[in-house]
Amino acid sequence: MKRFNSSLAFLFLALAAVGCKQKNQNVIRVGEFGSMTGTEATFGISTHRGIKMVIDDVNKAGGINGKQLELISYDEGGKPEEAVTVVTKLIAQDKVDIILGEVASSRSLAAAPIAQRNKVPMISPSSTNPKVTEGRDYVFRVCFTDPFQGKVLARFAREDLKAKRAALLIDKKSDYSVGLADFFRKTFESLGGEIVIEQNYAGGDMDFKGQLTSIKSKNVDVILHSGYYTEVALTMKQAKDLGIKTVFIGGDGWDSPKLSEIGGKAIDGHYFSNHYSVDDQDPRVQDFIKRYKALYKEVPDGLAAMGYDAALVMVDALKRTNGQVGPVFRDALAATKNFPGVTGVITIDENRNASKPAVILKVQGDGSYKFVKRVNP
Amino acid sequence: MAQFLQHLVNGLSLGSIYALIAVGYSMVYGILQLINFAHGEVVMLGAVFGFWLAPKFMYPVEPSLGLFFAVLGASMFLCGLLGFFIERLAYRPLRKSPRINCLITAIGVSLFLQYFTQLEFIFGAIPQTYPEMISQATVFSFAGVDISNLQLIVVGLSFSLMIILQFVVYKTKLGLGMRAVSENTEVAALLGVPVNKVISFTFILGSMLAAAAGTFVATMYPKVDAMMGTMLGMKAFVAAVLGGIGNLPGAVIGGLVMGLAEEFTVGYLSSSFRDAIAFAILILVLLFRPAGILGKTKIEKV
Repeated sequence: MKRFNSSLAFLFLALAAVGCKQKNQNVIRVGEFGSMTGTEATFGISTHRGIKMVIDDVNKAGGINGKQLELISYDEGGKPEEAVTVVTKLIAQDKVDIILGEVASSRSLAAAPIAQRNKVPMISPSSTNPKVTEGRDYVFRVCFTDPFQGKVLARFAREDLKAKRAALLIDKKSDYSVGLADFFRKTFESLGGEIVIEQNYAGGDMDFKGQLTSIKSKNVDVILHSGYYTEVALTMKQAKDLGIKTVFIGGDGWDSPKLSEIGGKAIDGHYFSNHYSVDDQDPRVQDFIKRYKALYKEVPDGLAAMGYDAALVMVDALKRTNGQVGPVFRDALAATKNFPGVTGVITIDENRNASKPAVILKVQGDGSYKFVKRVNP
Repeated sequence: MAQFLQHLVNGLSLGSIYALIAVGYSMVYGILQLINFAHGEVVMLGAVFGFWLAPKFMYPVEPSLGLFFAVLGASMFLCGLLGFFIERLAYRPLRKSPRINCLITAIGVSLFLQYFTQLEFIFGAIPQTYPEMISQATVFSFAGVDISNLQLIVVGLSFSLMIILQFVVYKTKLGLGMRAVSENTEVAALLGVPVNKVISFTFILGSMLAAAAGTFVATMYPKVDAMMGTMLGMKAFVAAVLGGIGNLPGAVIGGLVMGLAEEFTVGYLSSSFRDAIAFAILILVLLFRPAGILGKTKIEKV
């Protein structure tokens, strides 16, 4: 029995030793979580590439006040419950000082309470649902929010496309999709438009013919598809099958190279709102595109640009605190003002959101996006 | 009216795919009383094989119907082989064990194939785009009803395959063997039916149909991922139970009923109920007609 006790004690000691990993004072640990696999895989991959560019730049230039940045990335496969697990691991086991993530609002919403409870500052590159930062003084974002994006889309539909009757196609499982459609509806109706029909699906579905047939019978002028790119591309393909010629519009969830890969020619001529356009002639943007292309052999999508900006804003705040983390860093982050990012000038407001312009892009059959207009907040 | 007809067309094209998968479940059940949960994964692998092979075939040939048939044939061949090995390695050693062991093994095989496919060097966990072999076009458009060439090809081929299967089961010697084994395995063996061969053949046949279904799904909805078999398999299983598991025409009817029920739910009730309705139907059938639409009620002797 005694032997058993001592071996047990030893086991606990060993566990405790593993648990209290000694923190290296000369390293700032940055945790990242994202969907590197699953139906929204390009979101995670693009964001990670953007973040990695900044971290490598900083480390090559000697770090911040002599401290190197260490990036620890985890994949949660696009599952909110998995996001909870990896973020808990980032905080409890890897003892990260800052968290960067997620693109999809459902996953950011799952992770934000954990970051808040542990007082680890979290920056979401591109979660647009307003609830992500609401009431959480440690959670920030560097993108615009859905009330703004919904308004931009509704105005565009009503004023530029002259649409009167609209249909909504919503992913009921996604906080982003439901929220965006809601804000679109409010503005569209207040501008004298009418939402004639609303159809739902669940993320991961493949067949949309039923919903589309119902929408077709209502003769609408425009269809808002507030989902993510895989389902958007499949929907457009099936819309073509059904002879639907109505214009689709949607939000930044459309942005992925997979959109044209899956959708083929069917995606031609539809519109979506996004964080930046590759046609932007600003040298900052063009320089970013050139460097990204050289590294990854691909034109950066909006989410890569947002990942890049999120990391830049973090580095900027770290420079102002001389590499100090914790509450000081949080305050510095909150004080971010007129920071020039590639997706626009970023100022963090009192609700920890960034107010920034949105762009409307037209999808071309060859997979490129044509710049249509810029809308300021 | 046009809307109703369009829903009917959509439902039939979806239902014919369910039917094709359901037939595979039913065949295996009829012969071994085993619910082969790995069947949905064979469907997924049918699509994955096509994803690998199409670009290899595409080099000399342009995307065309001929290419589609070549890929379909190759994928069916490979899945037939896979079906043979699944039975040989996983189910045959357990033939004499209690049924629950086989069932759990089937779930194991299903999970193994799912996660094995997700390995980075096999296929990966990122959904891929299925190559376009037939360029999409609307071939029939009348009074607001549109039918695409893909839908026609899928429905036509599904029914041809099911008719061929019917022929194999009722007009060939192996089919006779299948029916004999499903009636009574021991007596069939005593009468000289090569039971092992017949069972292997059943698995090969079922897996080939699954491969065809996988190819059709990927052609209509050009997204391939390692998890796509789960929901398809589940729905087809419900279809098989609905029609009367072990009964082939029943599986076809079950598949069509499922496709139409889903489509009309989306069209006339609410699109949120889509998957719920499939499983509600299963519960209702089990309550009122436990043997399914065409199934015979068997009295089990204890």
